[in-house]
Amino acid sequence: MMWRSGTVVALHDETPTARTIALQVSDWPSHVAGQHVDVRLTAPDGYSAVRSYSIASPPNAEGRVELTVERLSDGEVSPYLTQDLGVGDRLELRGPIGGWFVWRSRQAEPIQLIAGGSGIVPLMGMIRSRASAGSTEPFRLLYSVREPGAVFYRSELQAISDGVDSVTVTYAYTRATPRGWPRPPGRIDASFIAETTWSSKLIPTCYVCGPTSFVESTAALLVACGNRPDKIRTERFGPTGDRK
Amino acid sequence: MGIISRGFFGKRAVGDVKLPPGQYLTTDFPVLSAGPTPHIPLEKWEFTIDDGTKALRRWDWRSFRDLPTENITVDLHCVTRWSKLGTHWEGVSLDTILGEIETDADYAMVRSYGDYTTNLPLADLRNKQAWIAFRFDDEDLAPEHGGPARLLVPHLYLWKSAKWVRGIRLMHEDQPGFWESLGYHIYGDPWREQRYSGDE
Repeated sequence: MMWRSGTVVALHDETPTARTIALQVSDWPSHVAGQHVDVRLTAPDGYSAVRSYSIASPPNAEGRVELTVERLSDGEVSPYLTQDLGVGDRLELRGPIGGWFVWRSRQAEPIQLIAGGSGIVPLMGMIRSRASAGSTEPFRLLYSVREPGAVFYRSELQAISDGVDSVTVTYAYTRATPRGWPRPPGRIDASFIAETTWSSKLIPTCYVCGPTSFVESTAALLVACGNRPDKIRTERFGPTGDRK
Repeated sequence: MGIISRGFFGKRAVGDVKLPPGQYLTTDFPVLSAGPTPHIPLEKWEFTIDDGTKALRRWDWRSFRDLPTENITVDLHCVTRWSKLGTHWEGVSLDTILGEIETDADYAMVRSYGDYTTNLPLADLRNKQAWIAFRFDDEDLAPEHGGPARLLVPHLYLWKSAKWVRGIRLMHEDQPGFWESLGYHIYGDPWREQRYSGDE
């Protein structure tokens, strides 16, 4: 798989620790929602480091690829991408990679997306792909974040959930909630899954992305609620993974 | 191509640690799985060698655990780029498991609970380089890391070390397993950086 050159055309801070990087990539073969890319940074002395990041933008023929990168304080690549990179800089990337944790517009079943923290990135790619494909398939998003300030794509998600053919968006706050929020902060539990996700009788395909412990517990809750294990697709990033 | 990122220094590995190309060192143990973690009660666990038409050999947990075991210390290399060195396992050598089986098959499809599969040449399961492991760091192998038992074939990328193994199918022709059908390399040698299909 060949390395390509991408030029940074825009940067946008999603939260104090996460930045969206919009790249213009030459000869980009397009991608499917949920796929990721490898990004390679090379130091002036030739040392290089590569990490994988999920694609947040929908498939397109214009070579536009957006990544949203969460800065890990002990990370090797994410601090550079979120703090040092500037508009006009070039990056090497290759991809798209991955054929499992993907949503294709021909899928006709209800879709349940469940994100933990920066695990929202590939799921946002799916939501945007649904819109750009003109799909009206029923989507739900359950988005678990520590506190309101940690939400990525906030205004876009609001507009999508307010629009016609909307995606139902439910937030789960684990540490602090907005003022007047009806539910105290806490982890997603069985009753929350039962109240906010598609009934397993509809046989939704579920996509769960987030830290390992989040995905482990959430996928188990989905199975306990009657969802078929083969309809649950997971993507996990561990404490050292620079993924996303 | 080599685009230089001004101001990037990176975190270089210290000392004489030699890693496969494109890998970085970690000390914890990240989890990668395509779906929910299956939980297999030991009384229902089985491990079967078959040739695609019939079972050649079958073990339940008790007869499997009656097989001679080995303590293994190996390095792990995951295609998602982390490497973990000097991991301690206990398991049964595939030389023991395949020992009494006569076959002219050249390939194997490793099959797991949860329907995961991965393929590799049968030769890569022989000659003291592959095990069915059931203990990690002196503890029973946790479900999220593949317990009750997983394949351990550390000279290939870790996706080949299938978690939750339930059997091996012997094949005369190579066929792609789960990740091998989804863009990952058919063989997966980390030292040759065979990550994706098409990598040489």
